[in-house]
Amino acid sequence: MTTQRPDYRSIIGAGLWWNNPGMAQLLGLCPLLAVSRSLVTGLALGLATLAVVTATNVLVSATRSLIHHHLRLPAYVLIIATFVTCIDLLFMATWFDLYLRIGLFIPLIVTNCAILGRAESFASRQPVLPSLVDGLAQGSGFALLLVAMGTVRELVGRGTLLADAELLFGPGATDLAIRVGDGGLSLATLPPGAFLVLALFVAARNALLARGGRHEASGSEEHAP
Amino acid sequence: MREQPLNPRVDGWLRPLGGLLLLAVLAGGLVTLTERVTRERISGNQALETLRQLNTVLPPDLYDNDLHRDRVLLTEPRILGSRDPLPAWRARRDGRPVAAVLTVVAPNGYNGPIRMLVALRMDASIIAVRVIEHKETPGIGDVIEADKSDWILGFGSRSLRNPPSARWRLEVDGGDIDHISGASMTGRTIVSALRRSLGWFEENSEALFAWPSDERPAPVSGDP
Repeated sequence: MTTQRPDYRSIIGAGLWWNNPGMAQLLGLCPLLAVSRSLVTGLALGLATLAVVTATNVLVSATRSLIHHHLRLPAYVLIIATFVTCIDLLFMATWFDLYLRIGLFIPLIVTNCAILGRAESFASRQPVLPSLVDGLAQGSGFALLLVAMGTVRELVGRGTLLADAELLFGPGATDLAIRVGDGGLSLATLPPGAFLVLALFVAARNALLARGGRHEASGSEEHAP
Repeated sequence: MREQPLNPRVDGWLRPLGGLLLLAVLAGGLVTLTERVTRERISGNQALETLRQLNTVLPPDLYDNDLHRDRVLLTEPRILGSRDPLPAWRARRDGRPVAAVLTVVAPNGYNGPIRMLVALRMDASIIAVRVIEHKETPGIGDVIEADKSDWILGFGSRSLRNPPSARWRLEVDGGDIDHISGASMTGRTIVSALRRSLGWFEENSEALFAWPSDERPAPVSGDP
């Protein structure tokens, strides 16, 4: 596997769909469920996670000949904690108002086992470039799921879309907010609603896979090296 | 693929240790660098946030000093409701005291302490009160938030003369302050915390303005 040219297509496909960290591996659910209350908060935490998982993958891969097999866990934890701390500081400096809303969850990215999972199962065994692509793909897969769940929960729960967009995109984005209805089913914004929406996403994915046939579905299992 | 060691070239103990050490130095450097780069913006953001909160209780046209820097820390557990030093800000105009903002904790909320900002004129009348932190029940006790009901706005321009000190209680307790239905405990602890703070401010407002900024003053009300 290491001698032949890495298959970027399947790496990207795995991150976004076949082996999506949220829907297939069911990892990182704590931030996923907590922060997907609205599109904007979901997107913000998704981007932060994307940055951490990509940077971690690259550094783990770049230092893989330096780190002894038995010392790899402390090394990964050190690397992840470093990037989370940096992202936390950058967030506070750039999007302070948003930080006040979801700041609690940024340090918790460190506990997102999807990231440690990528370091262990991919980046520690692959060259830098495929690891970079894998980080981007897995991070995007997680971020897209957060955005999708945020969209559904905000739409159903509050009848709005892109509310508070100015927290992320600056004062010019106030007009981005769309109001579809007045209020909504507040269950969707509460924690049980988060579980229900995630369950619906997982079920929908499984239904699609069942229809798509055995061949592609079984392909998903092989992506974990 | 799983069976073979991931990294057969590394053996002995010096190299593994050196590798981890190198990584630690790299990580430390990265965090330090980021901290350096972001430090100024973060402290600026925090100051702005403090000022924004202060301006919800104290209209900015009332004072002309650098409010968030003109701060003292008060340790008055019996009055202000917390053993920790609580910040108080002093508003001045042309160098003369015009108002103060106290952080007051109402200790006996239904779900723990309720933290408030209380802006006071020099004659110890209230300009405005806002709850900045609480854990009261959503839908019942959280009407103390200004976005959810007008209850907290009802303290504007009250003082220990309006109503008189003895009537500073909820209506259900024989006083003149509006009752919050379903959340007597919440209302009661806020009202008595405000009554205590007003009394303290009447006695100590001059001393408060005389303290140098950001030094912890000795408690003025002697503990009995």
